Amino acid sequence: MNLVLSEEHQLLRATAAEFVRSKSSLKRIRALRDSGDAAGFSRDLWHEMAGLGWAGIVVAEQHGGSGLEYSHLMVVMEELGRALMPEPMIPTVLGSAALMLGGSSAQRRALLPAVAKGETLLAVGYQEPASRFDPRRVATRAEKRSGGWTLRGEKHQVLGGPTADSIIVSARTAGGEADASGVTLFLVEAGARGVSSRRQWLVDGRPSSIVRLDGVEVDPAAVVGEVDHGADVLEPALDRATAALSAEMLGSMVAAFEMTLEFLKTRKQFGALIGTFQALKHRAAMVYTETELSRSAVMAACGALDTEDARARELVSLAKARLSDAFVLTANEAVQMHGGIGMTDEHDVGFFLKRARAAEMTFGDAAWHRRRYAELKGY
Amino acid sequence: MTDLDRFRAEARGWLLANAPKSMFTLPRSEEDICPGGQKVQFPPDVAQWLKVMGERGWTAPTWPKEYGGGGLSPAEGKALHEEMRSLKLRPALAGFGLTMIGPLLLHEASEELKREHLPRIARGEVRWCQGYSEPGAGSDLAGLQTRAVPDGDDFVVNGQKIWTSFADRADWMFLLVRTDPAAEKHAGITFLLMDMSSPGVSVRPIRLISGYSPFCETFLHDVRVPRKNVVGQINGGWPIAKKLLGFERTMIADVFLARDEVGESDRMLDLARRYVGPVQGPLADPLLRDRITQVKLDQACLDLTLQRTKDSAKAGQAPGAESSIFKYYGTELNKRRHELFLSILGPQALGWEGEGFEPGEVKLTREWLRSRANSIEGGTTEIQLNIIAKRVLGLPD
Repeated sequence: MNLVLSEEHQLLRATAAEFVRSKSSLKRIRALRDSGDAAGFSRDLWHEMAGLGWAGIVVAEQHGGSGLEYSHLMVVMEELGRALMPEPMIPTVLGSAALMLGGSSAQRRALLPAVAKGETLLAVGYQEPASRFDPRRVATRAEKRSGGWTLRGEKHQVLGGPTADSIIVSARTAGGEADASGVTLFLVEAGARGVSSRRQWLVDGRPSSIVRLDGVEVDPAAVVGEVDHGADVLEPALDRATAALSAEMLGSMVAAFEMTLEFLKTRKQFGALIGTFQALKHRAAMVYTETELSRSAVMAACGALDTEDARARELVSLAKARLSDAFVLTANEAVQMHGGIGMTDEHDVGFFLKRARAAEMTFGDAAWHRRRYAELKGY
Repeated sequence: MTDLDRFRAEARGWLLANAPKSMFTLPRSEEDICPGGQKVQFPPDVAQWLKVMGERGWTAPTWPKEYGGGGLSPAEGKALHEEMRSLKLRPALAGFGLTMIGPLLLHEASEELKREHLPRIARGEVRWCQGYSEPGAGSDLAGLQTRAVPDGDDFVVNGQKIWTSFADRADWMFLLVRTDPAAEKHAGITFLLMDMSSPGVSVRPIRLISGYSPFCETFLHDVRVPRKNVVGQINGGWPIAKKLLGFERTMIADVFLARDEVGESDRMLDLARRYVGPVQGPLADPLLRDRITQVKLDQACLDLTLQRTKDSAKAGQAPGAESSIFKYYGTELNKRRHELFLSILGPQALGWEGEGFEPGEVKLTREWLRSRANSIEGGTTEIQLNIIAKRVLGLPD
């Protein structure tokens, strides 16, 4: 594993940076929020992103994707994160990773090329009101019936849920409520009988929904991976989406920090630029340190996924633990250093504070990932 | 087989044939490596290892042969270092001579000074100490007051230096003196080399909170230093001093890189297993487990950042600004690590000496006290943060 960006990565970064600069802005994010848009993102922009190969960036070429690596996804996510872009990269990475890891050839053929083209949207419903961060804690049930399964339960905060065409849901087919085994993944159509989706309004404005499964009947071909062994697909898929999210968080925290630095260099009090005050200089230097440590963690996690390093799982937890704490710290400091204006909705810095908390709680917070790291290390 | 492969094979053969058996253990700290000099008697195996390596010039592998070095190319020097690491062979010599004043003399000194000092450094005959800080000039180093007044072919030096590491065991000192008190404070400073056996030099070890005395006060009373011992220009010592600090920071980064990481991380877990338990599975105290994990993650992030710096250098990319965080973050982390060792030991961390405590326990307690200096020596944490704010972030003065 080499922690250095190749020329190819740097070109991709330049392309992504130019795309983000010309197509998006915090003004757009604000307008999306204020409009109460049901989708919560721009479908036109998503088609353009798919045209650049990003919707299927880590999907294999044989399935219509770009066949690139997580280190490529990383540089794109970082640039998207700088502008807080809400287009559905994360649910797409999560859903397509689950299909790549566990989908039948029929499922892959039916969905992945359309996903990579930006025509079909995926979501994964694994979170429940009582599951907190644990994907193994599943109360939704799948009951066997002749010729298939019947699903009953409710999934919360399904990222990309409002616009998803197909949703992968976890349901318990055996075992107790928190057992690792006995969870099965099912692919359901958003329009199928018994499936209903209600928009959830989250603090950061990202589109999310409650997906209700009210006696949804699916046939055996809907199973993703093996019956009772859905965790073997869901957990590695979550790792991949977590690495992508960590890269997005890195971009967002760097942008929040740059916004703060600019303020320190222009705002005057007591007849001096506030950036001359040592109390603020030192805190800025500490936040800068966190951005560098975070960058190393994200590069290591993505590099480990690409090289199928045995430490990939622990490095993903390392990255998410770091980024969760570091992004929240950066956003907290950004608001504090902006002073009163930072508390106003008129100023953009509040978007970063809200996004920091939402991203922290997505796929497990820092404490969750520290505990997982310790468990993986056997202590 | 390339020339480099051939060199590597020959070097390995020579090392295996010439290193005393007891040297095949990686050092746990700097103190495990011979510092050289005339004032301390070293064990026979240590002295022998220094002698053969010094004769070959491999104590300073990439220095030119005419100055006592090995004359190796950078690639050969790296190969030699890697071979020694893989053999778990400890370096024969370490210290300020090799890592700080030696490289500085190579870049900045007259031919005469190079020929006089470099071979003796490479052979480990002379141990050096650093005369920078003074009682009134710590973080504000350029405020130093030690005076040097020209008198014939000499300077006459009067003043006091403090925090001189191992001045009581050093043979020579490189020091900063004020030669023009009327000039702006950075402009009146000169960089001198001084023989510690000169009349008028007296040294007093400072007892630290750890009970040890690695640092000294050095008193200079009418000490005569020949003018030829000036490095750089008279009144031009400040840029020289800063250049040397650059070598010091490289050294600090190298120390972090050379650490035996596996041994170190196991040490914390081994202690937790022993003092907190159980012998396997999740640790009994979930709060302590989380603190251990936090320190491990912080260490991993630092190590990965060091690796990133090395990987970009290997890829031919200019060093990024990230290297500015190493001194600050590394030393703060080391302090937290030592505090966590105490938490893991619990009441067994309270021993100073004597009954009821194992030597290893007392050692950890003393090391905790020593670690408090990490964020003070070599530029305090606050100075490092100032440097990041100014040089990296461009915040105004």
